[in-house]
Amino acid sequence: MRQVGVSTPDQFEAYELELSRRAPVPKTDYPNKAGIEPPGRRPAAEELLLLERLRNGDEAAFTLLVERYHASLIRLAQAHVSDRSVAEEVVQETWMGVLEGLDRFEGRSSLKTWIFRIVTNKAKTRGVRESRHVCFSSTGALDEEAEEPTVDPSRFRTSGHWADYWASYPQPWDEGTPEKIVLTKEGSAYLEQAIQALPSNLRQVLILRDVEGLSSKEVCAMLQLSEANQRVLLHRARSRVRRALEQYLEEGIRPA
Amino acid sequence: MTREDIKTYVLDYLAGRMTCKEFVEIITDYLDGSLSLLNRIRFHLHLGLCLGCRVYLRQMKHTIETLGRLPDEPVPPAVREQLLQRFRTWKNT
Ligand SMILES: [Zn+2]
Repeated sequence: MRQVGVSTPDQFEAYELELSRRAPVPKTDYPNKAGIEPPGRRPAAEELLLLERLRNGDEAAFTLLVERYHASLIRLAQAHVSDRSVAEEVVQETWMGVLEGLDRFEGRSSLKTWIFRIVTNKAKTRGVRESRHVCFSSTGALDEEAEEPTVDPSRFRTSGHWADYWASYPQPWDEGTPEKIVLTKEGSAYLEQAIQALPSNLRQVLILRDVEGLSSKEVCAMLQLSEANQRVLLHRARSRVRRALEQYLEEGIRPA
Repeated sequence: MTREDIKTYVLDYLAGRMTCKEFVEIITDYLDGSLSLLNRIRFHLHLGLCLGCRVYLRQMKHTIETLGRLPDEPVPPAVREQLLQRFRTWKNT
């Protein structure tokens, strides 16, 4: 468990390293009682076994796959096509694509990354057809809002030697904050809404990186983004979610 | 001027002063390991001197951790059954 009051750069460095070594927390297989699984990536051996069972037509293996990724796929599809029913269609097509491609899948990426690539491509195509898709490769990727600060400027001093330093410090959150939020229906509904409130391009990057734990390289390849642009989008998305959580934790804002 | 103030000014001078406003914008670059060595040093110096930014960085980490634990809504039984049907069809082709 993290300690309260870590204060020296050295301690932060150590903590940083620990965080970067630890793969992001994966999603649960089945919603267990706590709704949480211990951190760590899925072992490759587990995935190979699952793949083999799928190819052999094992229904339990397929059900496991659906339980594991269906909700994630819906969430991701919705980042491309706003309409829930269209997103559901896209995910149906995705599962068909998965079945069609299963025999050709060579395991050069993880099964999860492969499935997410399929949904992304299908959702993109669908989004273009519905002409609401945000195309990253156009100049619109990092538009005028790129220069917008991610923290409300009024939180910083405006003059003197300490201009651009905090006017008043942010409030520390309890150590158990992440658990506290996701363990309640209200908290996870709030977080889900905060994600849905993000513009499409920020949402796509945030879901793939922070919710699903894909690497920066994988996400850049999937969305045809440069690493630098991807980081700008991710940072803006995270900053907005942080602000939303701050409103939840400190200002008593609740899900609509 | 206290000893602490002098330390702050000297470090500011050596590192090229980083403001909180700059700090909060480069957190993702820092976490992704894409800061230049100089900026990494400036980041750490600022972090060591600024309680507000220590709190803010931890809030950002809490945010990321919370996102990684977002629970999924359960798959509706009808959807699962429908997909399973398709799997059976696929299996038999
Ligand atoms: Zn600061």
